[in-house]
Amino acid sequence: MAAQLPALIPVPLLVLSIIAPVVGMWRQALAFWLAAATIAFSTAMSGWALAHVIAHGPMTYKLGGWEPPIGIEYVLDHVAAFVSLIVMGVALAVVVATRRMAEQEMRGRLGLYYSLVLLLLAGLTGMVVTADLFNLFVFLEISSLAGYALVFLGGRKGMLAGYRYLILGTLGGAFYLLGVAFLYFATGTLNMADTLAVLSASEAATPVGAGAVFIFIGLGLKMALVPLHLWLPDAYTFAPSSVNTLIAPIMTKVGAYAMLRMFLSVFPDGYLIDEVPIGQALVVLGAIGVVFGAAAAFRQPDIRRLLAYSSVSQLAFIAIGIGLATPLGFVAALLHIMNHALMKGTLFLAVMAVRLQTGVSEVPALAGLGRRLPITAAAFTVGAIAMVGVPPTAGFFSKWYLSIAAVEQGLWVILAVVLISSLLSAAYLFRVLERAYLAQLPAAAASAHDGQEGEVRRSRLPLFGATWEPKVDVLLPLVLLAAATVVLGVLNVAVVRHVLEPGT
Amino acid sequence: MDELAARFPYFMIAILLAVGVWGMVGKRSLVKKLIGLNVLQSAIILFFINGSIREGGTVPILLHGEHGYAEDFVNPLPHVLMLTAIVVSVAVTAVALAFLTSIHREFGTVDEAEILGEMEQQA
Repeated sequence: MAAQLPALIPVPLLVLSIIAPVVGMWRQALAFWLAAATIAFSTAMSGWALAHVIAHGPMTYKLGGWEPPIGIEYVLDHVAAFVSLIVMGVALAVVVATRRMAEQEMRGRLGLYYSLVLLLLAGLTGMVVTADLFNLFVFLEISSLAGYALVFLGGRKGMLAGYRYLILGTLGGAFYLLGVAFLYFATGTLNMADTLAVLSASEAATPVGAGAVFIFIGLGLKMALVPLHLWLPDAYTFAPSSVNTLIAPIMTKVGAYAMLRMFLSVFPDGYLIDEVPIGQALVVLGAIGVVFGAAAAFRQPDIRRLLAYSSVSQLAFIAIGIGLATPLGFVAALLHIMNHALMKGTLFLAVMAVRLQTGVSEVPALAGLGRRLPITAAAFTVGAIAMVGVPPTAGFFSKWYLSIAAVEQGLWVILAVVLISSLLSAAYLFRVLERAYLAQLPAAAASAHDGQEGEVRRSRLPLFGATWEPKVDVLLPLVLLAAATVVLGVLNVAVVRHVLEPGT
Repeated sequence: MDELAARFPYFMIAILLAVGVWGMVGKRSLVKKLIGLNVLQSAIILFFINGSIREGGTVPILLHGEHGYAEDFVNPLPHVLMLTAIVVSVAVTAVALAFLTSIHREFGTVDEAEILGEMEQQA
C-alpha cells in the first residue's frame, strides 16, 4: 500500500467532497464527522508518507499507469511530504475546533460547507504532490474556487471580498497558465523533472525567461506577495470565522510551496538568479513586504485584519528565503512555512474562540478578556511570542536560519529587515495583549454580561472555576497547536536535519 | 512584411491579453470585470492552440494501423490541455455569475463603487 501513498493523500478528499453534501442533505451533523474522518485519514497518510520518505527516499506514482513524461506523475519527496503533513495537520485541528462556529455560521448549509472544505484541501494537497505543471494549474484552480466560495459565505462584506478574490485569484491562475505555455513550447514537456532535464541541457532562451516571469507573477498573486496582496486583507477579515481560521494558516503557504517547487524541480540551479533576476526580485519584494505588512498591521482596529496584514509580512519572509536560492534559504523558507502555519493557526483559532464565546473581534473590545478566557489568552500569547520570534518558540529559528542565509550572501540589509519586523510585530501584537491582560473589562459590559444570559456563554473548568472559555473540543486543538509552536521550535534541529536538508 | 504576417496571431493574442487585463483591473462594473477575465482566458487558450499548429500538418489520427511521423500532424496535446482549461474557465465563470446574482440581489447594483458606498453608509 505504501506505493500508493502519493495518491492516497488527495484522492479521498476529492471523493468525499462529492459524498459529504449528499450525506449532509440526509443528516446535517454527519457531514462534519465524514469530513473530519477523511481529513484525519489524509493526515495519517501524510504522516506515514513522511516517515516512509525519510526511511526509503522519495517515491513516485504514475497516475493511471502511464509512464512519465507522457502521463501525469505524482512525486512525494521530503519537501512534499513535509508540507502535506503540515497542511493536513493544521487543517485537522482547525476543522475540529471550528465545528461549533460552523454550525452557527452555516446554518442549514453544513453539507455544502464541508464539501467546499474538502475540495479546498484536495486542491492544496494535490498541488503539493503533483509533479506536472499543468496538473498543478488544475489543482490550483480547484483549491482557489473552493476558497472563493468559502470567503463569499461571509455576509454582505464577504460577498464583495469573495468576488474580488475570485477576479484577482483567477488572474493569477491565468498568468501561471500563460507561463506554462511558454515553457511547454520551449521544452515540449509538462513533467517537472523532464522540464528540468531539457532546460539544463539547452541554452537559456527568451521564451523560457518570459514563461518564468509569468509563472512567478501568477504564484505571487496566490501567495499574496507584496504588491500582489490586495485581495488578502479583505478576504481574511470578511470571511466567516470558521473559514478564515482554516484558510489563513494553510492556503497561501501552498502558493509559496509551488514557488519553491519551481526553484527546486523545474528550473536549473541558478537559472532564476543568473538568467532571469527572479530570485533578486523575490528578495527585494520580500524585504519591502516584511516591513510594509508589519507597519500596516499596526494600525488595524479589527484583530482579524491585523492578523491578515501580519500574514502579508510573514509570507514575505518565506519569499526572501526562496529568493536567496541557496539550500539554507530554502530550509529557512520551509521552516517558516511550518512555523507560520502553526502560529497563524494558533492565533486565528484563539480569535475564533473569543468570537464564538463573546462575539467581539475589535482590539479595544478585548479589554479584560485575558482573565475571562485564561487558556485561550495563553495560547494567543504563545502564538504572539512565536510571531515576534522569541526563542525557544518556532518563530525564532526560521528567522535565525533566514538571517544566516542572508548574511552568507552578504545581504546584511535583510538582517536589519528581520530585526525591524520583529520589533513591529512585538508592537502590534503586544498592543493586543496589553488590552487583553492589563485593561479592565468595562464595568458596564461586565455587569451586562453577568446580568443576562445568551450574550456570553459561560463554562466551568477545573482549576479555573467560572470562565468564558469554550468547550474542550475547541480548547484542545488550540492548546495542541500552541504547544506545537514551542515543541517544534525546540526540535527544529531534528526537523532540519532529517527532513529539510535531504529535501533541498 | 512576411515576418509581420507570420507573427500576426501573436499580436492579436497580445492585444486580447491587454484588453482582458484592462477589463479586470480598470472597469468599475463587476460584470465587465468578469468579461475581461473571459477575454483573458480566451487569449491564453488561443495562445496554446496557435502553438500547436504545424505547417502542412493534419489531424493527429492514425488510419489503418499505419505509423505516421510526428511532422505530419499538428500537436494534439495543447488541444487536450485547453479542453481542461475551458472546463476550468467555465467553472470559474459559473461561480462568478452565481456570486454576481447574490450581489445584485443584496445591493441592487453591480457597480463596485456604488456597493462600497452603500457599505460605508451602513457602517
